[in-house]
Amino acid sequence: MSRLPIRARVATTLGGAAGKMSRLTGRGDGSVIGGVVGLRVAPDLLRQLAAGRQIVLVTGTNGKTTTTRLVAAAIGSLGQEVASNAFGANMESGLVSALSSAPEAPYAVLEVDERYLPSMIKATRPRVVVLLNLSRDQMDRAAEIWLVARRWREAFAAAQDVRVVANADDPLVAWAAGSASRVIWVAAGQRWHEDSWCCPECGAHLRRDELGWRCGECGLSRPSARWVLDGDSVIDAAGTVRELHLSLPGRANRSNAVMALAVAGLFGADVDQALPSLRQVESVAGRYTTVQRRGRLLRLLLAKNPAGWLEAFDVLKPDMRPVLLAVNAQVPDGKDTSWLWDVDYRVLKGRHVLVAGERRIDLAVRLEADDIPFELVDTVDAAVDAVPPGSLDVIANYTAFQQIRATLGRTA
Amino acid sequence: MTGPDGWEGTYPLAPPGAGHSAFNGDGDGGEAGDMLWGAEQSADGAQAAGDPMSFPLPSEQRGPAGPSALRLVWIYPDLLSTYGDRGNLIMLARRARLRGLHVEPIQVNSDQPVPRQGDIYLLGGGEDLPQVLAAERLRAGGGLNAAVAGGAVIFAVCAGYQLIGAVFGGAQGEPVEGLGILDISSGRGERRGVGEVLADVDPRLGVDRLTGFENHQGVTKLGQGATPLARVVLGVGNGDGTEGAISDRILGTYLHGPALVRNPGLADLLLTWAAGPLPPLPDEDEIWTRRLRSERLAAVAATPA
Repeated sequence: MSRLPIRARVATTLGGAAGKMSRLTGRGDGSVIGGVVGLRVAPDLLRQLAAGRQIVLVTGTNGKTTTTRLVAAAIGSLGQEVASNAFGANMESGLVSALSSAPEAPYAVLEVDERYLPSMIKATRPRVVVLLNLSRDQMDRAAEIWLVARRWREAFAAAQDVRVVANADDPLVAWAAGSASRVIWVAAGQRWHEDSWCCPECGAHLRRDELGWRCGECGLSRPSARWVLDGDSVIDAAGTVRELHLSLPGRANRSNAVMALAVAGLFGADVDQALPSLRQVESVAGRYTTVQRRGRLLRLLLAKNPAGWLEAFDVLKPDMRPVLLAVNAQVPDGKDTSWLWDVDYRVLKGRHVLVAGERRIDLAVRLEADDIPFELVDTVDAAVDAVPPGSLDVIANYTAFQQIRATLGRTA
Repeated sequence: MTGPDGWEGTYPLAPPGAGHSAFNGDGDGGEAGDMLWGAEQSADGAQAAGDPMSFPLPSEQRGPAGPSALRLVWIYPDLLSTYGDRGNLIMLARRARLRGLHVEPIQVNSDQPVPRQGDIYLLGGGEDLPQVLAAERLRAGGGLNAAVAGGAVIFAVCAGYQLIGAVFGGAQGEPVEGLGILDISSGRGERRGVGEVLADVDPRLGVDRLTGFENHQGVTKLGQGATPLARVVLGVGNGDGTEGAISDRILGTYLHGPALVRNPGLADLLLTWAAGPLPPLPDEDEIWTRRLRSERLAAVAATPA
């Protein structure tokens, strides 16, 4: 802290006080308001707070918060303090709060909103940028993803000292990272193809096979990867295969973990050192938490867009336990529910499906069209009462998820 | 097939309910479900460009659907499928099957030729660059224009709506030549229209008030050869107080949401154009669509414009 200019020190102190007030008064977790106050006093605060630290920025449509947590855990295995915006406050104010609350941390792992990546690269001069995936998400307020990919590509062309760890299996991500001077490619997989049928370079229809994707016209193709996710195993750059055995469920989290291991490798933490830390991560900002409620064990899954729902369905246990789907359409969710039609619900066939949330009728029409029987409920507790004692999986989008957590108490 | 026999009521109407078993998606290859999710299949080269015979063309390779199947052709989901556009195809197929019609959904990617013998063609929304690419390929291929000349029904949304017109605005707002099958011209407006839309349909069409969601920066002017689909009550639409356009059996709109889900009357209008008069659906098949409509109409009415 002492190396900060006086104005920045005042700014972080005021910001810290505001964050504390926010927590004490129950208005929030303080990770945004503190940064807002600090930036008001010192607009250049983020650059000053970032200077002299080893910074990792994590971005992409899905998995940002979880991957940020995993990367922080992996780098934390080196034994030094890691600053991080662990609760998903991923715009400038959230980054400021994270850095000012850990002024001595030599490392920082920061989740960044995909639209702000170029400006955050300029402000924080990161050592590493992690690119997970790009797919449609809340398009009534977000930028078009081909445009986002183009902005990323321009940012890397202008920041040649940045190392990029990128998912080679996502064509848009691979194209965006292609302008960087140094890329560690990770075969992290891509199940959602609906936004990458066509070549980001020339627009031709892409070919896909077991080796990946390639464009028959301009020759753009999946880069060969140094790190590979293979089932439940990671294959590292040296070709060593290890079982992941994560506590976090699902293919998407195995993918996030391999990305995290690739980043850790750049900081000198090898897989044997980093992996045990990753395995200890059981829930992330309430996601994947299990909660007891009236004799039922609820598991909470956050999924905000069609690619996220596809991955959430993958996490559902094969034991055909009941599932509650909850959908809202407030501003943070996107006010347009058309994305519900981009999800294939037929994998739910045979389960007891409960439907809740402010836009549950949209979901009801959608499920009817896929011939999936469902039951409308008003609240999470009504869903709990509607299923027999045992397990209930819950998939909700952003504000629906927050409402359910509020009902279940902050323990969730 | 260039004659009008695809739309003049030549499809035998089964009694209501006879089609129920046909949309559950777990039947044979002629059923709905898997066809609607088959985009991946095209990538293996089996249906590669330049080989129109590999296409499931009518009267030859249609299989269990039979020669009278209603062919729903979804144009370029690899480029034009952004806002739940699949929902319009699913809804058309469902409402046709509930009337006992056989339905054959056909998905045409941008590296494949557009079959000329479809009954209803759907074009969805897309980002700027994919929209320009789609227009270029459709112009070069000529299949869609030929289908229109043969009397096909067209339902086009947002980017798809703009590109079937004479001209539209490209990524930098520059004019791009469209297909010229609907007499409209589009450009880029000052600001984006994003939000719920209400619009009253031309009374001659007999379709209830439209509810939907728009997200576009387009401004569309109608020429002599097209009439507005509806008058805007809330929202932006074409930008001059009208929404969408219609000409013969070609219908375009800025509404996604998707439009045919929230407006089953519009879906039935398209089906009627293609297959002749249809009986109303039994009430039990309309419970959720009616609830969705009334909920959206009430929600928008409660929000000050």
